[in-house]
Parts: sequence; structure tokens; C-alpha cells
Amino acid sequence: MIDITQEIIGSSLRIATPLALAALGELVTEKSGVLNLGIEGIMYGSAFVGIATAAQTGSLSAGLFAGFITGAVAGLIFAFATVTLGVNQHVAGLGLTLFMISFCNTANRIIFTSDGGQVRVDPWQPFNFGGPIFSQYWMTYATFLIAVPFTWWLLWRSGLGLKIRAVGENPEAADVAGIGVAKTRYTAIIIGSLLMAAGGAFITLAFVGTFTINIINGRGWVALALVIFGRWKIGRLLAGAALFSVVNAGQLQLRLLPSFSDVPFEILLALPFLAVIIGLAVSGRNVPYPGAYLKPYKRL
Amino acid sequence: MNSVEGVAIASRGGAPSIFLSNITKAYGETVALSDVSLDLRTSEVHALLGENGAGKTTLMKILYGLTQPDSGQIKADGVALQINSPRDARAAGIGMVTQHFSLVKNMTVVENIALAIARTFSLDLDSVRDAVVAASTRYGLEVPPDAIIGSLPIGLQQRVEILKALMSGCSYLILDEPTAVLGPQDIDSLLEVITQLRSEAKIGVVLISHKMAEIEKIADRVSVLRRGKVVSSSLANGITSKELITLMVGEQESGVVLRSESQSHGRDPILVLDSVVVKMEIGGLNNVSLDVRPGEIVGIAGVSGNGQTELVNILSGTLSIDSGTIAVEGATLTQNTPQLLMRAGVGMLGEDRHASAVHALQVMENLVLDCVDNFATKVQLNRKKMLEHCESAINQFEIKATAKQVFGTLSGGNMQKVLLARLFSRKPKVAIISQPTRGLDVMATSYVRSLISKARLDGTAVLLVSEDLDEVLELADRVAVMYRGSVIGVVDGANASREKIGELMAGIVR
Amino acid sequence: MKVRFTLRSSMPWWRGPMLMGAAALVTFLISAIVIRWAGGSPFAAARYMFISPLQSKFGLTEAVLSATPLVFTGAAVAIAFRAGYWNIGAEGQLLAGTIGATLVGINAESLPRFVGVPLILLSGMLFGAFWALSPALLRTRLGIDEVVTTLLLNPVALLLITGLLNGPWRNTETGFPDSDVIADSTKLWIIWPDTRVHFGLAVGVVIIGLCWWFVGKMSGGLKLRAVGLAPGAARIAGLPVERTLLATALVSGAIAGLGGASEVAGVAHQLTTGISNSFGYTGVIVATLAALSFIGTLFVALLFGVITVGSFSASRALQIPSTIGELVQAILLLTIVSALVIKKYQVVWTRSKSQVRD
Repeated sequence: MIDITQEIIGSSLRIATPLALAALGELVTEKSGVLNLGIEGIMYGSAFVGIATAAQTGSLSAGLFAGFITGAVAGLIFAFATVTLGVNQHVAGLGLTLFMISFCNTANRIIFTSDGGQVRVDPWQPFNFGGPIFSQYWMTYATFLIAVPFTWWLLWRSGLGLKIRAVGENPEAADVAGIGVAKTRYTAIIIGSLLMAAGGAFITLAFVGTFTINIINGRGWVALALVIFGRWKIGRLLAGAALFSVVNAGQLQLRLLPSFSDVPFEILLALPFLAVIIGLAVSGRNVPYPGAYLKPYKRL
Repeated sequence: MNSVEGVAIASRGGAPSIFLSNITKAYGETVALSDVSLDLRTSEVHALLGENGAGKTTLMKILYGLTQPDSGQIKADGVALQINSPRDARAAGIGMVTQHFSLVKNMTVVENIALAIARTFSLDLDSVRDAVVAASTRYGLEVPPDAIIGSLPIGLQQRVEILKALMSGCSYLILDEPTAVLGPQDIDSLLEVITQLRSEAKIGVVLISHKMAEIEKIADRVSVLRRGKVVSSSLANGITSKELITLMVGEQESGVVLRSESQSHGRDPILVLDSVVVKMEIGGLNNVSLDVRPGEIVGIAGVSGNGQTELVNILSGTLSIDSGTIAVEGATLTQNTPQLLMRAGVGMLGEDRHASAVHALQVMENLVLDCVDNFATKVQLNRKKMLEHCESAINQFEIKATAKQVFGTLSGGNMQKVLLARLFSRKPKVAIISQPTRGLDVMATSYVRSLISKARLDGTAVLLVSEDLDEVLELADRVAVMYRGSVIGVVDGANASREKIGELMAGIVR
Repeated sequence: MKVRFTLRSSMPWWRGPMLMGAAALVTFLISAIVIRWAGGSPFAAARYMFISPLQSKFGLTEAVLSATPLVFTGAAVAIAFRAGYWNIGAEGQLLAGTIGATLVGINAESLPRFVGVPLILLSGMLFGAFWALSPALLRTRLGIDEVVTTLLLNPVALLLITGLLNGPWRNTETGFPDSDVIADSTKLWIIWPDTRVHFGLAVGVVIIGLCWWFVGKMSGGLKLRAVGLAPGAARIAGLPVERTLLATALVSGAIAGLGGASEVAGVAHQLTTGISNSFGYTGVIVATLAALSFIGTLFVALLFGVITVGSFSASRALQIPSTIGELVQAILLLTIVSALVIKKYQVVWTRSKSQVRD
């Protein structure tokens, strides 16, 4: 029983890594008053470009770097459309996602699968510090030991974070106080996109070591829900990620039980998604959206 | 001309049929209305006069069901009315045109009216259209039935609102500062429409306004509200504009104004506006020239809506100027952006304290919002330094709050103190202070005023924009009066007479 | 230098068409890079993609067939967006509709066709509406953003289908994870002889007509539009905002579900995991490019049908990936929405460095 518990916690941490990274990225973005529905596409893009670069160069680090570049470029496009032009954020974000997915699928066929092959790399291996809980990829350690504290510090302890929160709540007041609204939102969107990209790259470069169609499979949408579930607080957001991951890891264990052998595992796979929706429902009304959520800002 | 409570006044209107009695309403610590009684009649234009914050709008919101009174009663023909929503109000025959129209901008005139009156599943737009055309002829309110609302000039949009209210069957129509958004021609035709509605359709019109000219022209009765109380209610032909202005801004308060000698004599002006023009459809600025010297308070007086807001906005950088120049310390600004103005040493206390701060942030965070980088070592926020800064501001400005309290939970007076602390801790050369005591209680008001006087003694040039004439007269070394977007006259503060300023406010130059 | 956008007060008539042309050109240029990379000629690809489907009866009818599901999802998205309800879950609702349809289809052996067909369509509608129910309740009761919840239910629907096909609905003959073929009595009629164009298209066109009629001509439609355009004003005017949103969400889900039923009963005749080629997401593009007009949705759906069929023939002829069609659609969305916004503004270049004169 203790073994199973340890297994579940260990695999939860792995499952939670890309979700936590992407959700942190979305958190930074939304704190500036912008909803980025490109999250799924940015994860997809960096997952593909990351592994493609790693396969071509033979260096996983180069792959991760390429994933970051992909995220930054995608973030820049999204920021230009939503902040500079003022395109509807739902449409721009969803458009970005569809673009990234179709582009990567096309590129995947051109480079790798035209002759029936599949891109594969030797992924990063877990570092074992003893026991299933402490046998994790370096990116998992980095996520919880670096990215989480970094995001908390960025938003609540840095000058930039104060500016991000100010433009996300009341851009008019921030503008009058001399804070550049557009500049701050660009910065938040790009930092957010880099975190999302890290989450996407983790999946191909560490988790699976290959790329298949639909590899992100809604993880971006889950991350989006975690931000709302977390009410824009990092602690609650991580609790939401833990809920999803534990249910997910739990269902992996359930599949091994003989009494569940008749239940198609896909039904169990859907459980974590439903857990997040139920979580949203029971966490109640009066969701404290940032004051300027979804609102473009233009001076008179 | 004094209070005439309880005395029936003969008017051309019908018998009083809606009574508001002893209405009291408070928002937190601010009392918006205290023990207000008023009656409305059909076939009458009843003007409700008062400064911003005097309680006019609150009173009418209560009548239209947009908010509920803390105590008091509304009766129609002797029967108590319970008005909990706009729907109840319309059922009682009360319609209202708010300052922000409740029209759907991307729909046509007919569609908007259909929204208010259609009660069936199938929508016969043609018959609604016929009804609109018929009603617009009947009431003399011509509207293009098939035009999209957003494409219409504001005057026509307002007509649609009025027509909408009339077509849903109201016999009382509340117009909340209807001419504030209109140009001169539109004002004339609106006044004609109102007169016609009164005489021909027997509508009781409640006109909320602070423009003397139009009240003189069309009102049958005038009630004046001041600080939440009805200070006068009388027939319009028994009272002059000057008397009304006096009632509105109050009698000379007793007590000697203690004003130290101005520090500014012989010093060069630090803020100079030269022939500044801002073109807008409504309002704007028309050739404003003004200067403020160090150690001097220049007060801006005027009936609201005569360019004061625009003046403040160009100096905060949120409204760009079309021609003319703004110079600080002899250097002309190429552009009036917030960043450039701040760098030049101009500080700002905006007229709406809610729009000037971020409610969801802490007090200490709001306090450094305009100089975040000064409180960051490299990129890390120096929370300790912020905390010290905030604690000292809390002590110095007597703010009743803790540094880490969320700004939105503060009382109005304390919000204002935080914003003043933010302004003065930058040590601005020029401080633009707009409506500093609006909605504050007596204690907070006198404290805020003392802060402004102190800034003057420290050598700051202060431009004080206020609708409270007492405040301007108490504080200002010079009073500039604005009328229709320009400075119509400048009066020395020490010898300024209320009569002189009142005349200027009414646009009379001798 | 710094770019600034200011609202344009008037504009010459040619600006709109010019910007649309520019959007099309940018789309072509970006796609051309990818096509070149894949080793094809961009001009040849464009010809295959946009022209060749229109030159044969087969191409044309296949394009119409590909457009059919997009007519449903486009209408579903358009009606929801018109009410200001951001339903991005048409994908999941369509998939739920396929489940509902299959449930009827594989169990309705001995029914007359005029009973079986309405039954299978109705079942799809009900499942689609059901799939839309919980996000709508969360939005109207608790104020939780429907974007996130509708999105989350999309993968759930696909997992549910995969689970059903690997479990109880696994094909009894082949053992593959596809359902059995549905009963003949529930298959839709072919309405264009010797092609695959089926009754679902007619249903879709009727749905478009109903939506257009209701939203444009009924008082309920007027309320729906008012809620979408100005919820604040609608509330002041005393309209039932929450009830309108809930009803619209359910109708939107039902239309998407009907689209799913049309795919199962009209073309595939069985449930497969690949039953939807992102029809729900593409529906968002279709409705957006049609500026949420229903008639426009019909035409954009047909255009997308042409692109889909065209990209397959381009793929065969030029040995380039067929996913290029989806790529072109996504780029077209991004460039056209940008062009629509730019149309409203005028671009001003200003010096960002502040200078002090005098």
C-alpha cells in the first residue's frame, strides 16, 4: 500500500510538471489582463520543435532552447494581435493554437513521417535520489524548486510583477501612474509563453521521447482551468494541478487492478478532466477575475 | 426665497400625484440623501438643481428602482409604491433617461424600441416600426427608424431613449442631466421637445441639471439640493438665477479664512498653458491660457461640464491637445503623455479616486505605483523599503489603514489620503488636484484641505479644480473661472466676491 | 520609432477590399514557404486547392460533403457568439452527438426509415445539448468562464468515444475499435444521385435558415442579440440575461450534436475515433470569418469544404502533406481578423524618444 502511495505521488509529480509550468505561464499572462488561449498551441509547438531540433542536432538542450524560441515567437505574434491591434483575445488565441497544431503536423509529415517513420530521441532520464517519489526528471525538480518560486517572486515581489498586476486590474490608473501598459503586457505574455513552452518541451524531451499527433491532448486547457480553480494564487493552482495529477496517477494504478480490467482505460483517462470541472464547480461563485480581464486598453 | 416645505404651491401642473417622503440613503459613511421630501405632478417640468454629489442622481435612481432607500416612502395617488427594479418603476408609469444610455449600439432604432415594448414571441418589426413612426409624429420626436444607434449623433440617440420611455407608457419622465452631452443646437431642440411633452402629452418631466439658462427657460418648479438636503423648492418664476446659484453653492460660511501671505509674488510661473485647444464633439477646450507660480494655489471654479475635466485630463496626459502649448519651468512639452508630464515634475490627484488606484492591490503597492523602479533593487521589489515608505506615509498623512491592507477596503477619506501621499512624496513642482474632497466627511475634508495649504507653503505650484466653491475660495490665491471650455476670468482669491464669481460662472462678463 | 493606432474616422471605399486582398496574399506567402519546403510548387498547390475541386462533379460534391459538418458547427458557434456565450466546445458537443446517433443506429434494426432517421437525428441533438448543459449551468449559476469548461469537455468526449469503441461498442465482426455499421433504417437519404451528398446537408441548410429567421426576426432573437452586444444595457432594460444565455448554450450544443448525427448517419455509417476532423474547432474559424452571419457561415463552410478536398488532391498530386489545408485555414483566420481590426485604425509612426523644445 505504501508502495502504491509512493508510486502515485511519484508519477503525480511527473504528470503535474507540464501542467504546472503551463498554468504558471497562463497565470502571469492573465494577471496582466490578457487571456491566452494559444496555450495549447504553444505547448504543441514547443513539444514538436523541441524534439525535432533535438533529433537533428543530437542535443536535448538545443531542443529545449528551440522550444523556448518557439514559445517566444508565438507569444510575440499573440501580443501583437491582442495588445497592439486589439484583436478579440478568444479568437486570436484559438487561431494561434490551430495554427501551431496544423503547422507542426505539416512539418512533422514533411520531415519525419513521409516515409512512415517517427521522430524519436533518447529522452532525459530521471535522477534517482531514492524511492519512487524522488526519482524525477531534472525539469520536474526545476519546475517545483525554481519555476514555482520564481513565478511567485516575479508576480508578488518584483517591480515588474507589481506593474503586471496593476495593468491587469486597472490599466487607466497604471497609465496615469506612468506605467507603460502595452510594454508591460507584452512582457507578461512573452514570459508566460516561455513557461508554457517549457511545459510542452518537457513532454517530448523527457516524458515520452517521441512525437505523435495530438500529443498535448488538452493539457493546455487543463492548465487554463487550473488558473481559474486556483483563483490566480500559486498555492491553490498547485493544489489543482495535484488534484488532476493524483486522479490521473490513481487511474493508472486502477488499470492494474483485476476488477477494473473490463473498464476501457480511456474512460478512466477522462476522470482527471472531470475532476477539474467538478473542482471548478465546488470552488464556488464570485470568481475574482482580474479587473481588466479580456479588455484591450487604448488611450483617448 | 426659502424652504417652502409643506406649503402647497400653485403651479400650472396637475395635483401632486407622486410623493417622495423622508427619503434617506447612505453609502457607507457618506450620507447621500438625508430626509428628502419631494412631490411630482403631471404636466409640469420640475427642475432638480445641485452640485455634483448633492444627491440629485441618487434620488432619481431611487425613484427609478436602480437603488433602494435606507428609509422613507414613495406614494402614488396615496398608495405606497414598492419600487425594487426599473420594471416596477415603469409599471408605475415612471421612465428615466440615464446619462449613460441603455441602448444597444449595434442595433437599429426600431430594434431597440422593440426590446422595450415587444411582449410576443414573434417579432413584428414592421408594426413596431409603424408604432415608432406614429409616436415620433405624435410627440414631435423625429427619429430615423432604421438607422443603427451607434451611427447616430448623441442628440438623436437621446431622442430614441426618450421615445422608448414614452412608448412604454410612462407619465413621468426623469431626465438625468440631458443637456450635459449635447451641443448648443441640440440643447435648444431638446428643450422644445420637453416643453411640448409637458403641455401636449401631459407628461411630468423631472429635469436634473445645473445649467441656469435652461432652467430659466423651461422649468415650472425648481428644487435645489445641497449636501443631501432639499434647501429650496419653489415656482420657477419666483426666483432668479443668481439666487439659485447662491442656494446651490451655499451661503458664505462663517469663520475667517486663515491664509498666509502668498509666497509667489514676483516669481516666474512654473506651469504655463498657452492657447490650448482640444476639439471634441461635446465640450473640449477653447483657447485656454493659464499660469501657476510656485507657492501659489490657482483655483478653477465653474459649473461642472465647462471644461474642467478636459483641463485635468490634458495635464494628466490621458487626453492629447490639438493645438497650443503646455510648458513646465519654461520648457515646452512636445507631447502631453503621462510619462513626459511626470518627468517634468507634474503630479496628479485625479477627480475619481477609484480610477486613480488599483483596488485589488495593497496600500503600500498603490503608494509606489508611479515610481515602481525606485523601489526595486535591480528587479527585486524592495518590500522593506516600500513598507517603511508606507508606514511613514501612514503616520505623516494620518491614514487609517495598514500597509498591507487591500486598497479597495479603505474608506473614501483614507483612499484620498493615500493618493495625496503618493502625490506629495514625489515632491512635485506642480500638483494638479481635482475634486479633492468630493464625497468626504467633514474631518477628512478639513484634513485634505490643510494638506493642500501646506504644499503651497512648501513652494509647490497647485492647480486646484473643484466644484465646491467654498473650497476654492478658502484655498486659492487666484480663482480662474471656466465657462464653455475657456477661462472666462481670473479673480484675486483674497478679494474674490461670491457675486463676481457667480456671474462669471453664469457666463456674464462685465 | 513607435507604432500607434488611432481610430479612423473615414476611409476610402477601396481600403476594405485592399486589406482583404493583403490578408489573402500574406496567407498565400506563408503557406507558399511551407509548400516549397515540402517540395511542391505553391502556384500548383493553390490551383489544386481552390480551382480543381470546382472543375469536376466529383470534386464539387466532395467539397459539399466536407462542408456539411462545418455548416452545423459554424451555425452552433455563430448563434452562441451572437449571444456573447463563448462556446468553444462545439467539438465535444459534435462528438457527443455522434455517440447519441450511434446508440440509436446500432440498436434500431426493425424500424421504418421515416421513424429511424428522425430518431437518430433527435438523439444526436439531445446528446449535444446535454454536453453543453454543465458549462452553461456553471456560467449562469456560478459565473465560471464557459470558455474553459467547454474546452475541457472536448477531450473528454473523444476519450469517451475511444473508451466505448475499445469496450462495449467494439466492432463485432472485425474486432477493430470501430462500431458496428448502423441499421439501414437510420441511414440518411442521398439527396444528390450517384454522389455521397446526403440529407444532412439539407438539414444543415434548414438549421441555418431557422437560425437566421429566429435571430433576425423573432423577439427572442432580438433579446439574444441585445444580451450579446450590451449585457449591461440589456439588464437595465429588464431582459432575462441568464435565461437567454442558458437557452442559447443548449441550442448551440444541440446544433453541434445534430452535426455529429449527420456525420454518423450520413457518411461514416459507423462511429470511429476519427469521426471528427476538428470540425468543432474549425467551426469557430468558419463563424468568425463569416462575421457571425448565418448565411455567411454557409458560404465560408463551402469555401472550407473546397479547401479540404483541394488539399487532398494537392497532396496526392504534389506529394505534400494534406494537413496543409488546415494550415491555410488557420493562417487565413489570423490574417483576416487582423485585417478587420487594422481596417478600423490608421497607423501612425511616432518618435518614441521624448524631446523637449525651447
